[in-house]
Amino acid sequence: MATKLIGERIKRKEDPRLITGTASYVDDIKLPNVHHVAFLRSIYGHAKINKIDVSEARKLPGVVAVLTHDDIKGVLKPMPCVGGVPDMHTPEHYPLSGGKVRFVGEAIAAVVANDRYVARDALDLINVDYEPLPVVVDMEKALEKGAPLLYEEYGENRGFTWKISGGDIDKAFQEADRVVKLRLVNQRVAPIPLETRAVLAQYQDRGVEGELTVWTSTQIPHGIRTSIAGMLNLPEHRVRVIAPEVGGGFGCKVDFYGEEVLIPYLAMKLKVPVKWVEGRRENIQATDHGRDQINYIEAAVKNDGTVVGLRVKVLADMGAYYQLLSPVIPTLTGLMMCGPYKISNVSMEVLGVFTNKMATDAYRGAGRPEATYLLERTMDAIAAELNLDPVEVRMKNFIQPNEFPYKTATGLVYDSGNYQAALQKALDHVGYTKLREEQKKLREQGQYVGIGISSYVEICAFGPSAATATGGWESATVRIEPTGKVTVLTGSSPHGQGQETTFAQIVADGLGLTMEDITVQHGDTAVVQYGIGTFGSRATAVGGTAVYLALQKVKEKATKFAAHMLKVDSKGLVFRDGKIFPENNPEKSVTLTEVALAAYLAKDLPPDTEPGLVATAFYEPKNFTFPFGTHIAVVDIDPETGQIKFRRYVAVDDCGNIINMLTVHGQVHGGIAQGLGQALYEEVVYDENGQLLTGSFMDYCIPKAHHLPKFELDYTVTPTNVNPLGVKGVGEAGTIGSTPAVVNAVIDALAHLGVRNIDMPLKPEKIWKTIKEHAPKKGPIIVA
Amino acid sequence: MKQVIQVTINGKPRQDEVEPRLLLVHYLRDVVGLTGTHIGCETSICGACTVLLNGAAVKSCTILAVQANKGEIVTIEGLATNGKLHPVQEGFWERHGLQCGFCTPGMIMAGVQILQRNPNPTEEQIREGLEGNLCRCTGYQHIVEAIQYAAQKMRT
Ligand code: FES
Ligand code: FES
Repeated sequence: MATKLIGERIKRKEDPRLITGTASYVDDIKLPNVHHVAFLRSIYGHAKINKIDVSEARKLPGVVAVLTHDDIKGVLKPMPCVGGVPDMHTPEHYPLSGGKVRFVGEAIAAVVANDRYVARDALDLINVDYEPLPVVVDMEKALEKGAPLLYEEYGENRGFTWKISGGDIDKAFQEADRVVKLRLVNQRVAPIPLETRAVLAQYQDRGVEGELTVWTSTQIPHGIRTSIAGMLNLPEHRVRVIAPEVGGGFGCKVDFYGEEVLIPYLAMKLKVPVKWVEGRRENIQATDHGRDQINYIEAAVKNDGTVVGLRVKVLADMGAYYQLLSPVIPTLTGLMMCGPYKISNVSMEVLGVFTNKMATDAYRGAGRPEATYLLERTMDAIAAELNLDPVEVRMKNFIQPNEFPYKTATGLVYDSGNYQAALQKALDHVGYTKLREEQKKLREQGQYVGIGISSYVEICAFGPSAATATGGWESATVRIEPTGKVTVLTGSSPHGQGQETTFAQIVADGLGLTMEDITVQHGDTAVVQYGIGTFGSRATAVGGTAVYLALQKVKEKATKFAAHMLKVDSKGLVFRDGKIFPENNPEKSVTLTEVALAAYLAKDLPPDTEPGLVATAFYEPKNFTFPFGTHIAVVDIDPETGQIKFRRYVAVDDCGNIINMLTVHGQVHGGIAQGLGQALYEEVVYDENGQLLTGSFMDYCIPKAHHLPKFELDYTVTPTNVNPLGVKGVGEAGTIGSTPAVVNAVIDALAHLGVRNIDMPLKPEKIWKTIKEHAPKKGPIIVA
Repeated sequence: MKQVIQVTINGKPRQDEVEPRLLLVHYLRDVVGLTGTHIGCETSICGACTVLLNGAAVKSCTILAVQANKGEIVTIEGLATNGKLHPVQEGFWERHGLQCGFCTPGMIMAGVQILQRNPNPTEEQIREGLEGNLCRCTGYQHIVEAIQYAAQKMRT
């Protein structure tokens, strides 16, 4: 493959519309006579609804409908969960709940009005007679006997138990020199795409067969179409779903929400276009949350730092019910519990727990950040316990570069890796040895400096269909138009990742064209062949491979035409600078435009060849990919205030081959910002009554520009052989690598005080208190 | 009771009747049809709705349309002149200062204001200057570089 554009820093093709304000997100699409929906949502964490009186709301001028559960009962089906595990309790939930509410923000009534302000006004006119019930928000309490039950019928708040194991865990613990134990809280966070969710639907009654069009801010438009068709009993080919410009997803838009059924239903019922745009408060209340695990870890170790066994019990907070994939998310923590280490004996038990909170589901990393967090915190705890350098413990336990493909104790087969190289490169960047010496000196002077290391491996490129809930392949079409310009249709559904650019690079290189010659289209089920979507760092590794395969097919056909036109053998023809010619005879050439025109005019077809120049490929990956890397954070802590300041942040990632250096940097930056946000700032907090205390940007703090350090990035390149591009995926790496690096750094800074753990988010107040509790009586810090 | 307002938007004068409670951002998006200005929170924190009102960057979700009466408004759509991108827009493109693009119009308007106030800001000053704008995608580093690119370009 020519490598003219692949691997370069290429400015994005999608940017011109985005920087000029001419792109269209869902709320930017204006349809005549559109009506707006506002939702009334539960103000209680747990309550019986005795009565909802909507009569006053219905009378407000401009209001055309007010719906409650009674109006959809028997009409709409319960929302699906496709990410189930065996033997689980599966509660039913509907776009509008009735009878009982189980978390603050649960939708109980929908108002439709001809104006968005009027729709909101009408909410104030709805009277709800709630009967508050006892609430449980804490997972450990929820599992206690006598805890308030979300579902009386189950007799427990445990939703499921899921287990994974490998090797002989009991033997490992018998043979261990010691056992290192930790209890870690991986707190609940909110994905917060800057564009909230939004749905617009229009039903066109064509007399005989109607047509439903739904614009929704999603990462999976085709899946949404199939789901809507199923839920509303519509023929799927009469449903069109469009993910227009999507303002970020981070996993929370890999879901199928009640609003995505209810808005189309209303458009059909009322025969007007209907729109709903989620407010930010609604977004924090009622869009998927992420993480929310408690990990009880026991590591069986030898005195030299070798980890011989790892036993983990996980409590995973499901919230009040499951969304599309909720139960399967913590199972990824289990699958990845070996990380980059050769741990031959493992066992994990995951308990899914119901609490009076919003559901958790995919959030950037989805189960793998939790695995990396628990492992990397454990590695540091082992180092502290054995008085070893954290680097030494990691190096001792890493899988060796010559051991790939490597089968883990959890049954995965890691494709390729060189974990030592990434760690070493990161160490060299920060000047590790010198830094440790400096740290020692500064400590003596009463300054708190911490170095935090996090080595990770993640599972990406979801994935072989056998191992994914809804099929794990991806599709692409490469269509050379009669003028030689190229349209690519991808089943991926990018929403910021830049695949309009990276896929164009792949195709431009393959056909010897420029970036301007290629357009990549996505997100519209009427335009693009069925596809899976964008999540799990799969777009380039799986979607890009589909593009690559379609490209090979179309090239093969173009080659036939060119050979026919040039009267040469088709072997040895190359595509370069818009022309096709024999490698050894560049003078004898046809342009791709001439070839394309000939293919469509079809006056003189090569033998056994159809007209046209289009090819489609569906790529089924034979394995996942396993990107890896090491992040190192260096922090200063002000003992007087608990404030954390970054000295350095170094990330060395390995995502296999790189298509576009610029967008890879961008993905890593954004990922680190989110992971660092979890480490230091972010937490969804409910009080004991189930009230959401962090329902706005005033209380839910995502990092701002001045909260973040300058990231220093570097890469190692270990291609995968899972796909012909050798790419692994990079969308989630930053989020996975960063959180433990930052927490390890902070704890390292306080290690000499005997601090072994602080749970996230590491807010200054918490750090200050910890210092106060641990500070030696005499010494440089005086705390009142 | 609707009220009449007169404003100049991106150089073009116009007059509309609006409800007193209509937010400026909804006026721009739903009445005028300029949807480049986005809404990320409606509570004056995220900055997605940032526009220039009489030369100052303001959050249009926290101003009523009637308060903008007689004012001169510049939105993202009005930043490029004669088909030529504003240096800050150019910087965002050159330096990959955006991913999903939702924060971008507001970020660009904030960038314009930062450089109006200080044509030669340090990295730290740029980061501080972006205090009122949230981005969930980029980690801000490329946004900072985009504004630095524009600063350099505007100085020469
Ligand atoms: S929408 Fe105005 S500041 Fe967020
Ligand atoms: S680019 Fe997506 S929020 Fe900034």
